[in-house]
Amino acid sequence: MRKDNIIDTTFKKLRAEGKKAFIPFVTAGDPDIETTYRIAKEMIQNGANLIEFGVPYSDPSMDGPVIMRADKRAMDSGTRLRDIFDLVGKLSVEYPETPFLLLLYFNSIFVYGVERFFDAAEKAGICGLIVPDLPLEERAEAQPCADAHGIYLISMVTPTSEERAEQIATSATGFLYCVTSLGVTGARKSYATSFAEYFSKLDSFSDIPKCAGFGISDPEQKRKIEQYCDGTIVGSAIVRKVEQGIEAGLNSEEIARSVGAFVRGFTGGKSNDPSVL
Amino acid sequence: MTENKKGRYGPYGGRYSGETLMHALFELEKSYREAHADPAFREEYARLLREYAGRPSLLYHAQRMSLDIGTTVYLKREDLNHTGAHKINNVLGQALLAVRMGKKRLIAETGAGQHGVATATAAAYFGLECDVFMGKEDMIRQSLNVYRMELLGATVHEVTDGTATLKDATSEALREWSRRIDDTFYVIGSVVGPHPYPEIVRDFQRVIGDEIRAEMLEKHGRLPSVLIACVGGGSNAMGTFYPFIGDASVRLLAAEAGGEGVGSGRHAASVTAGSTGVFHGMKSLFLQDDEGQITPVYSISAGMDYPGIGPEHAYLHDTGRARYYPVTDQEAIDAFEYLSRMEGIIPAIESAHAVALLTKLRSEFTPDDFVVVTLSGRGDKDVEAIGRYRGKIN
Ligand SMILES: Cc1ncc(COP(=O)(O)O)c(C=O)c1O
Repeated sequence: MRKDNIIDTTFKKLRAEGKKAFIPFVTAGDPDIETTYRIAKEMIQNGANLIEFGVPYSDPSMDGPVIMRADKRAMDSGTRLRDIFDLVGKLSVEYPETPFLLLLYFNSIFVYGVERFFDAAEKAGICGLIVPDLPLEERAEAQPCADAHGIYLISMVTPTSEERAEQIATSATGFLYCVTSLGVTGARKSYATSFAEYFSKLDSFSDIPKCAGFGISDPEQKRKIEQYCDGTIVGSAIVRKVEQGIEAGLNSEEIARSVGAFVRGFTGGKSNDPSVL
Repeated sequence: MTENKKGRYGPYGGRYSGETLMHALFELEKSYREAHADPAFREEYARLLREYAGRPSLLYHAQRMSLDIGTTVYLKREDLNHTGAHKINNVLGQALLAVRMGKKRLIAETGAGQHGVATATAAAYFGLECDVFMGKEDMIRQSLNVYRMELLGATVHEVTDGTATLKDATSEALREWSRRIDDTFYVIGSVVGPHPYPEIVRDFQRVIGDEIRAEMLEKHGRLPSVLIACVGGGSNAMGTFYPFIGDASVRLLAAEAGGEGVGSGRHAASVTAGSTGVFHGMKSLFLQDDEGQITPVYSISAGMDYPGIGPEHAYLHDTGRARYYPVTDQEAIDAFEYLSRMEGIIPAIESAHAVALLTKLRSEFTPDDFVVVTLSGRGDKDVEAIGRYRGKIN
């Protein structure tokens, strides 16, 4: 038997403690892979429960301007998949109880070779993949490989999923990525969706942990949303923080520290990883 | 039909789309199937083609070219359609569908500007709002069409990401669709994107091939021997080829953008130099690196400056049913001038690629062959750029 996916153990533990998950996202290799490593450590030490790395893409057609610019910087610094596998490989040894996930476009998996990709991902200790352009209907191309390597494909559900939401929720593994607004990634001022209605409908389908993402940019929004679900994902706001650090001419360590402080604003600063002293 | 239920053409096609758009894609497919089966919809579409677009388009016997090349050349004159290209065939169909679905706003990507102009035209005709996304590079290259769209009441949004060309405009149109989905219909301009778009666009463009077939049979009692068309995403070629796929005697030849030559690295020859990948919602052939990063492409023709090709073309290529040849900028410019002088017809630079392929392969054709070249559009939009290229206009 394969050992449990630590995404499950993480959410079990959080639920038992009555806590919510905080999942920060950062683009791997922005502005270079060494800084991403430092940022990840800072995020964990400041209370992140799971970490999501964006794999930079040449044409991120589902991302907004902030992540588009980050992808460009990461590509310009020469970030390749090998570097990202190495990065997670190192972190998953240092933080064996923190789940690391990749968010990437399916082409990055497909062209690398599906089998070869999952093999490398498992060796690196990657627990889950979020592939926004691989909807249920196209999953068969990756699911058997993902299963064989014990890696979860994290499903996304959106306010526009309509009758699809039930099948998405009931087939989801790890946690359900609940998009709380229309459009692409990026910070937003307000939401059209009624959270209570949205999440109670999803809860009626499945009790899988549900995390809200897309457009959460400050701690107050986070607190408001997490009453309705099991955790929150913050992406563009963190990537923007990295960008501000670059613009201000901060060095790698300073950028990482500024992101750590930003994350602390969301979490209150307590680490949940026992390997963090 | 080469596609199956899920919009697959062999291994190509599919619906690799973000969840935000999935419901809309299924809704689109359902509405399209209903419309397609509704005689009233089909009659209204046929009426629009006839009374607004000016179809059927001429199948013109190019006598001087025939003599020069040593075969029988016909030109399918899509350049004579209202708005000056084949794009209107598809746009009128999709706009009619949008109205049927109760949508209030059309959005589109455009490269050469022809699809944008056609969409802006249809929006004006139906009284809909219209936003067009266009790469900054293309807005410079095809500035005449930018103003045409504005005259027609559309808002043109400049896209500066990436190479600021058609692929970036397409990404931005997809983003805009997911931002505002309820009242918006995304009018895709070629046989690309997630299912059902490649099928819908092909069905609305097949009028080109259907008319060629009917006229050939009626006037000559035979089918053409060869069909030639240019491919950007591949809509005029797919529309030309589709009704003939089952006729093994009809050769299907396509010209893709060879830019400065396939060896130069500056081209957009997705079939000749591409590999299988997943981008813009479809599995197909793309110009990309070994980790699936899309590589910058180049062509003098804004309408063919795209790093991929429609999935049905990828399949026609794999099966050997159609053949794809790169045609360089220089060859296209020569053909642009050749057609102007030989027949008094100034083609779009995209269409000039098809004419160039005819002249390139001239030794393969005999006087008994009937070669039909689809002239996808007229050249007004390109005259200034070519003049500048030749040093005749400052
Ligand atoms: C006149 C003309 N021909 C051809 C094309 C290429 O598109 P497709 O391959 O879809 O026919 C364009 C695109 O803008 C065009 O304007």
